[in-house]
Amino acid sequence: MARGARGPAAPMDFTSGELSGGEPLSSTPAVEQVGADGRGAATNLNPDELLKFYHDMLLIRRFEERAGQLYGMGLIGGFCHLYIGQEAIAVGMQQVFKPGDQIITGYRDHGHMLAAGMDPKEVMAELTGRSGGSSKGKGGSMHMFSTEAGFYGGHGIVGAQVALGTGLAFADWYRGTDNCSFAYFGDGAANQGQVYESFNMAQLWKLPVVYVIENNQYAMGTAVERSSATTEFHMRGASFGIPGEQVDGMDVLAVRDAGARAAERVRSGAGPIILEMKTYRYRGHSMSDPAKYRTRDEVDQMRSTRDPIEHIRPLLDGAGVGADRIKAVDDEVKSVVAEAVQFAQSSPEPDPRELYTDVYLESLA
Amino acid sequence: MPSLNMIQALNSGIDTAMSADPNVLSFGQDTGYFGGVFRVTDGLQRKHGLTRSFDAPIAEGGIVATAIGMAVYGLRPCVEIQFADYIYPGYDQLVSEAAKIRYRSGGEFTTPITVRTPYGGGIFGGQTHSQSPESLFTHIAGLKTVVPSNPYDAKGMLLAAIADDDPVLFFEPKRIYNGPFDGWHDRPVKPWAGHELAEVPEGSYTVPLGQARTMREGSDLTVLAYGTMVWVSLAAAEEAGVDAEVIDLRSLVPLDIDAIVASVKKTGRCVVVHEAPRTSGYGAELSALVQERCFHHLEAPIQRVTGWDTPYPHAFEWEYFPGPKRVAEAMRRAMEG
Ligand SMILES: Cc1ncc(C[n+]2csc(CCOP(=O)(O)OP(=O)(O)O)c2C)c(N)n1
Ligand SMILES: [Mg+2]
Repeated sequence: MARGARGPAAPMDFTSGELSGGEPLSSTPAVEQVGADGRGAATNLNPDELLKFYHDMLLIRRFEERAGQLYGMGLIGGFCHLYIGQEAIAVGMQQVFKPGDQIITGYRDHGHMLAAGMDPKEVMAELTGRSGGSSKGKGGSMHMFSTEAGFYGGHGIVGAQVALGTGLAFADWYRGTDNCSFAYFGDGAANQGQVYESFNMAQLWKLPVVYVIENNQYAMGTAVERSSATTEFHMRGASFGIPGEQVDGMDVLAVRDAGARAAERVRSGAGPIILEMKTYRYRGHSMSDPAKYRTRDEVDQMRSTRDPIEHIRPLLDGAGVGADRIKAVDDEVKSVVAEAVQFAQSSPEPDPRELYTDVYLESLA
Repeated sequence: MPSLNMIQALNSGIDTAMSADPNVLSFGQDTGYFGGVFRVTDGLQRKHGLTRSFDAPIAEGGIVATAIGMAVYGLRPCVEIQFADYIYPGYDQLVSEAAKIRYRSGGEFTTPITVRTPYGGGIFGGQTHSQSPESLFTHIAGLKTVVPSNPYDAKGMLLAAIADDDPVLFFEPKRIYNGPFDGWHDRPVKPWAGHELAEVPEGSYTVPLGQARTMREGSDLTVLAYGTMVWVSLAAAEEAGVDAEVIDLRSLVPLDIDAIVASVKKTGRCVVVHEAPRTSGYGAELSALVQERCFHHLEAPIQRVTGWDTPYPHAFEWEYFPGPKRVAEAMRRAMEG
């Protein structure tokens, strides 16, 4: 069913029960699983697409490594949450993004912004708090935005983006387009009350939102089992009738495929869906993480056996992408990141008068 | 007597309360197994067990609300909201339930909860990790709101808060957890070790809620401050060369109005300092009280030094944070006026 037909042509009537007209859902949500080997059975492997995945994931990896270094050098202050290890999710999902869609996430946002095509220079300069930063230096690591990229933030308050993303999806529905919103949140955020208020509304109103839970198994220093009664996060919408799917979040192709299925569903007007991405963050929660809650071994094990970038190398090889093309990507990424670092250090400090702008449309100060 | 920083002093406070009273519990995000992101609850789970020191999900509304339920039925939960900036999902429960249960039950039920929460700036935390929301709570009848400024008070006030039969918001100035930061951010930071107020007794003692502490006696003007701003004000007095009487309020509600009035009557001038934004900040209440009670003794307009009426920015930490220079200027203005 084309969603275009379903926008509220006339004043909305919430009482008619005809808000979205999506097909009724069965009472038990379908829970699809990826293959038992955990790796999505790769579909058609297009060399150019594979190389793009490689490029985008590597860009995030190298950008984050440099951000970590700049932090260590005192050039980035405050909070800084790196996305290293989780690259396949932002990159795979971006493949199903259509112009006009919206992306919204929490504070672990650098990877999402880069995947969405935001300028690495602006992102890095926001980290260093410079006027050339994406929020003019006022937002910092956790708070960046881009209308062009459809990126609605970067939010420091855990869980808020889930409800905001639901509102974005309402606006999609209201406009009658076939756009949708992608709301990303963590396993820890999945315990916030507003998540369930949102689930209910999204399903009640059949809103086109894909909830992407990035289950990296820890919320700060707390492992999922210590704070969650159930850790099957894809089931969290069950009582609302929202279907869920568990996905290998370290496999960019599995992510892309699950993302494509999910986006198709929500765009069709069938209502929201939950994708639980099983993933892992290699670095500390933020830059000041004593990491006393997990072993070095556990991290090493994940890095050496599940790394999303390493996973794609043999596929590139298999698809006949030569070493020279890979090397060209490596070099390009290196120079893009170097340029971003250079910009983030040379962009001027914001003018202190900027402190008072953007509070209201017109300054009251 | 051991020299403790504020984190260790608070830890000792919770430990002491839990050891003395089986009804005292400690929970919050990452506070159990991990020991808290600022380490305030470190070791408590090992010592007091999983049922009394545990991890809560990221659900501030739920944390505060379940604590209220526990408290109404006789437990004394001491919960941690990891940063004061995260407290808002629990605000409804604090305002609508905790603050009013005593009143609405005609005194039959009480809510002896303590909500510990680190607040304030100077840490490059930006808009969601640096706020000072104390006046949102001082505005609510039925809640107590307190702010220690040093390890000795931190432990004594925490023990008083946990023993208190009313709900207490316990704001911890996180910038001074490790040392009395005075706002001179380009100078080396002094640790608490060796500081007189870092001598924290073992075992139980209380610092009653509602008593200010005169940190420095002086005759030129009175400074009313709390939390980190106490240390900034002391540095500012030196900077301005003013013989300031610096009063650490310690407790905003209940307020030691007698100490304030006595000091302002003596000096005739008053500077109010806080990190929170100016409009409707607690300084507005302090200015009004001083004006009402000391009008005929005032020789100059009351000066307020506060954060600006903007969100806490990422890039302008030291423009936003009321440092010793700004406070010293206000002192000079108060002396001229
Ligand atoms: C309302 C709120 N509560 C607590 C925090 C502190 N906090 C920031 S991130 C985090 C853990 C979140 O974990 P998760 O959702 O799993 O995301 P991850 O960091 O693993 O990406 C916590 C507790 C916050 N920022 N906002
Ligand atoms: Mg997590």
